[in-house]
Amino acid sequence: MTQETLLLLSAVNLLLPLLGFVAIIFNQKRLGRNAGYFGTSLLGVNLITSIIVAATKLTQFDQAGMLQMKFDWFSLGNHSVTIGLGLDNLAAVMLIVVNLISFLVHLFSLEYMRDDKRFPRFYAYLGIFTFSMIGIVIANNFLNMYIFWELVGLSSYLLIGFWYEKDSAANAGKKAFITNRIGDFGFFAGIMILFYTYGSFMFDDIFALIGDGHLPFDNGTMLTVAGILLFMGAIGKSAQFPLHVWLPDAMEGPTPVSALIHAATMVAAGVYLTARIFPMLTADALLFVAYIGAITAFIAATIAITQNDFKKVLAYSTVSQLGYMIMAIGVGSFTYGFFHLVAHAWFKACLFLGSGSVIHAMHHSMDKAHNHSMDPQDIRNMGGLRKRMPWTYYTFLFSTIAISGVPFTSGFLSKDGILAGTLAFGSLTGHWFITFAGYSAAAMTAFYMFRLLISAFHGRPKTEIAANTHENNKFITIPLVVLSVITFFGFYSLNPFDGGTGWFYNKLKAPATVVPAQYQWSFLVPYEKLNADLHSDNCMNCSPAEAKENPHSAGMENPHSEGMGEVHAEGMENPHAEGMGEVHAEGMENPHADIHAAEANHAHGVHAGSHHAMHRFEEATHEAHVPAMIISLIIAASGIFVAFTFYQFKVFNPDTIVGIIKPFYLLSYNKWYFDEIYDASIIWFTLAFSKLLAWFDLKIVDGTVNLVGWVVNGIGHIVGIFDNVVVDGLVNLSASTIGFFGIVLRKFQTGRVQAYLVMTIIGLMLLIYFVV
Amino acid sequence: MFSIFGLGPLTLITFLPLLGMIVMLLIPAGTDQEAKEKSKNYFRWITVGFTFIQLLLAILIYANFNSGMNGVNDPASFQFVENFKWISLTGLPMLGDLHINYFVGIDGISAPMILLTALICFVASFSSWSIKKAHKGYFIMYLLLDLGMMGVFISLDFFLFYVFWELMLLPMYFLIGIWGGPRKEYAAIKFFIYTLFGSVFMLLVMIALYFAVGSFNLLDMMDPANFKPGALLTGFETTWRLVAFIALFVGFAIKVPIVPFHTWLPDAHVEAPTPISVILAGVLLKMGTYGMLRIAWPIFPEAVAYFQDYIAFIGMVSIIYGALCALGQHKIGKRDLKKMIAYSSVSHMGYVMLGLAAMNTEGVVGAIFQMFNHGTITAMLFMIVGVIYDRSHTRGLDEFGGLANKMPIYTGIMTIAFFAAIGLPGLSGFVSEVLVFLGGFKAYPVMTVISTLGIVLGAAYMLWALQKVFFGKLPERWQGPWDPTGKIYKNDDINKIELAALVPLAIVVIFLGIFPGTLIDMMTTSVNHFIEFVKIGGQFAGM
Repeated sequence: MTQETLLLLSAVNLLLPLLGFVAIIFNQKRLGRNAGYFGTSLLGVNLITSIIVAATKLTQFDQAGMLQMKFDWFSLGNHSVTIGLGLDNLAAVMLIVVNLISFLVHLFSLEYMRDDKRFPRFYAYLGIFTFSMIGIVIANNFLNMYIFWELVGLSSYLLIGFWYEKDSAANAGKKAFITNRIGDFGFFAGIMILFYTYGSFMFDDIFALIGDGHLPFDNGTMLTVAGILLFMGAIGKSAQFPLHVWLPDAMEGPTPVSALIHAATMVAAGVYLTARIFPMLTADALLFVAYIGAITAFIAATIAITQNDFKKVLAYSTVSQLGYMIMAIGVGSFTYGFFHLVAHAWFKACLFLGSGSVIHAMHHSMDKAHNHSMDPQDIRNMGGLRKRMPWTYYTFLFSTIAISGVPFTSGFLSKDGILAGTLAFGSLTGHWFITFAGYSAAAMTAFYMFRLLISAFHGRPKTEIAANTHENNKFITIPLVVLSVITFFGFYSLNPFDGGTGWFYNKLKAPATVVPAQYQWSFLVPYEKLNADLHSDNCMNCSPAEAKENPHSAGMENPHSEGMGEVHAEGMENPHAEGMGEVHAEGMENPHADIHAAEANHAHGVHAGSHHAMHRFEEATHEAHVPAMIISLIIAASGIFVAFTFYQFKVFNPDTIVGIIKPFYLLSYNKWYFDEIYDASIIWFTLAFSKLLAWFDLKIVDGTVNLVGWVVNGIGHIVGIFDNVVVDGLVNLSASTIGFFGIVLRKFQTGRVQAYLVMTIIGLMLLIYFVV
Repeated sequence: MFSIFGLGPLTLITFLPLLGMIVMLLIPAGTDQEAKEKSKNYFRWITVGFTFIQLLLAILIYANFNSGMNGVNDPASFQFVENFKWISLTGLPMLGDLHINYFVGIDGISAPMILLTALICFVASFSSWSIKKAHKGYFIMYLLLDLGMMGVFISLDFFLFYVFWELMLLPMYFLIGIWGGPRKEYAAIKFFIYTLFGSVFMLLVMIALYFAVGSFNLLDMMDPANFKPGALLTGFETTWRLVAFIALFVGFAIKVPIVPFHTWLPDAHVEAPTPISVILAGVLLKMGTYGMLRIAWPIFPEAVAYFQDYIAFIGMVSIIYGALCALGQHKIGKRDLKKMIAYSSVSHMGYVMLGLAAMNTEGVVGAIFQMFNHGTITAMLFMIVGVIYDRSHTRGLDEFGGLANKMPIYTGIMTIAFFAAIGLPGLSGFVSEVLVFLGGFKAYPVMTVISTLGIVLGAAYMLWALQKVFFGKLPERWQGPWDPTGKIYKNDDINKIELAALVPLAIVVIFLGIFPGTLIDMMTTSVNHFIEFVKIGGQFAGM
């Protein structure tokens, strides 16, 4: 298959679901239930093509990097806005994830949404979601990514609010969209910085230019800022702290939607974005990413422990696991982060669909009993479902084992890799909080997942409704079985204890960083690049004098160089580390010796594909693998053990424990009061400010206008009065004066000749008197 | 190029409404009720017919438009030019000779506006079905307004421009003042006085320019060589030139409107009948920014360079202020949907100002494209409000809910319009907003980043309104059919006439969202020339 055919097939993959959307949305009444079969079969075709595409990419074009197709969207006269499609190994694997889960959810919904009055519309929305999600996956530039990023936001909005008659659903949809917009605000600002600096949206153009030393505003800090701003998109979409609050609310949507969008694919888009921008993230940006992920993983896990709503537990678990992936990428454990994304997609989709199966069965049971008051999602109303719903139970059990990190599952492989990464990161940099968050979240995950499993499926039914549930039909059980089967370790690596030896790891090696060495963790810079930088005379930033002044490598007060210092101190047996440590931390009194050391690494280090090169972190992760695995096994086992002692064997009563740690319990149960805090701060402030402005606009701005109008009107009145009284008065005055004289003079007009004669004589005499 | 009776396409498209007015004048409105009922349909369909021919002419002009020609300041590269002597007086005391030409022509800046005007006038004629009284007068005024707007966009002679500018004010005043809502007189007078206030400034500058250049030809005014030595506006970056620019800018800015000259807009929108709101938001607001592009920027390039930062600041303030006021509508007083959309217009026109201040390709292309897109999108929004207002006689946001089930097709169209206003990709508003921001960032990174907060606020108020009206439960009072008699509204969903108004706009919004090049290609040559011209003009002063 040629590259062109492959890209063409990906384009078909993109457009087929859109076709489904258009076809269904305009023919809802006509299609009726057929809309479901139509949508599902389209996705079936899509799934097959995506498997062909991915298999071809991963075998035939394995080393080809990103296959691309670029075209001009529109021209601006002197330049064009270019967009395009791209397919690399990351996209190829992601394509299968999206299509498979979407297909299974289509299948599942045939039964789950059977009685919904808007059944066709549901399938139309699933279509536009799948279209948008595939658009994100095969984007080769930031503009495409942003476009589809917003479109998945739209589909998420529509699907969360699918049952919009419920205010809670409509509110949740709105909350999701607006919260995501806050993240997108940052994402877009990041894109603006990159477009301004590099004049392109293309990943490859931008990375190449960064690699050549072009920085935004000629400033390494601005590269960090750009990276963090782009990552803000991921904070919103992947529900990371502090924007995670929308995801639990999003559970108002139909459960298949929760499985597809809010567990497996869309929320993972943020992780996918972080993976995409990984090469351009600086040390500071990566540290930020790692901390956000770690904090999210920890906080969400603590909340999941105390929730009673079946879906809410899974929702917080999703937030926590997404934090895990983000954290993994932040510490540099790129491949395991993405591995966890894929593994999590399977088992979390399975868990959500399993919860859908349970809720569906509970609903049916409630309908039969004519009971409409009970909450079918509350685990306190369940229990004993194991015997009644065996398919659901065993698939759920297997997924729970996987998410808890028990060996022989994909979840174990990925989690183990991430934990090894955090351990290595902790030892290299001293940021041990991340390691701590990783392990404590792992322990809590094992605990709350088994708590959920035991409460819902084990023991005796707690209600009549739960006692009368039945297993669902094939539409529901087949997706569950498929998803739980592919959670088996053998699909990813033949060694059940080391993901690093499998095909997955080898096909999806971390891309080499393009960030100039002085802004990057030295342990993430490939040996060969460090080496090249030293040789190059042009490289201003790497000259010995510069390196000394450089904050990242100069003094010990800097955490990064401290990390290096530790490497230097602890890793003496490793000549590479020593070389690196000296290069970066000590400055280069004698560069030749260090170059020598680096050259020695060269042959050793470079063995992977064209876009990947060995660096210190990879080795450190490898070294941390066995200790990390042992600790993680102990931790998972203890989490599961505690869950069993509390909920299965009831050795302790959870309520007594709750009584002892009441404040912590309340904090967890109330989700750390995030919603309340936001309501009382940012939201309150924005609304109050907008209210104030609206008032200001109405009363002050418009008031001024009205005042001016009033004043002008008043002046008009005064002028009117003046005109009436003075101007007109003068006119009238002169008239009346004349009139008065007229009246006076009239007296003389007697009409008698004698009188005239007398007056003439008097006048004449007066005239003579005065003149003479 | 085509012409009928020696009249060029621009003259035809502009004065076609006049023919329609004459036809309508000849039809008696009738005195009794029955005759009035009968005649009103004639007036309606005559208007639809004439605006439709106008739209076809606009499409013909689009098809024959050569997007490779510069325009802006070069008379030779304007298209469809007609230039006749109109008023010619010689030997006047003080003035000497007075020559006013009927000089019309279009370039890449005005061509999209011609299309927009024709499109909006056509669809708004369908939403004029909701007019309840004095149909004859209404439709004659409507066509006169159409004529005036079209005239503004084709004029290349300042005097002619001014005549059309004022011509359109008159019907607008009556259309709001007679066919408007409860506070129609207040709103009409406010609109009239505000615009007249701006016009006075424009008139003064026009006269001053005439004395300096000796002609009303806009293109002559753009060439510094034409300025007579010693005239008031001769020179570069002189105080008088800066003052003249400010006067002109304020005259146009009132129309945009920018904060703080915007308060006529919410009132005018709230009181105006639906089709007039549509035209007001769809076309009239664009005249302000069009005037800046056509007159203020090229004639006073150095003043643009001088005030650029302030203009960008005004754009930013309008974006944020308008958005916050729209959001604030849910907190104070009567929650009026139309008022909220009016404030969103202030915010969205702020993007245009930001793009114009940026003075680079992305910014100005984005600004013009945003003018077009705001025209279509906001027209949709106002029509949508009109649809429920006609049925329920209220626009109070709190009085609705759950309309999605009662009116599914309507809800679908409204969702498109609302998301287009939010700037969802795939719809036209996205492309123009992105271009404005990309351009804005090149010139003003910080202000642009602050402005992008507008997209967050936009999502907040739009989705809030969408939810209020469509989601949740239907209130008791709207449970029954809108019109129990079935005379006016046969069923509850949107009717065919309303669809005829909304669907063309929805198609344009989606089409331009996916293929923005169809419109952007028209303008790029002119815009690039415009930027170069204004920048070179500005740099003479040694900025």
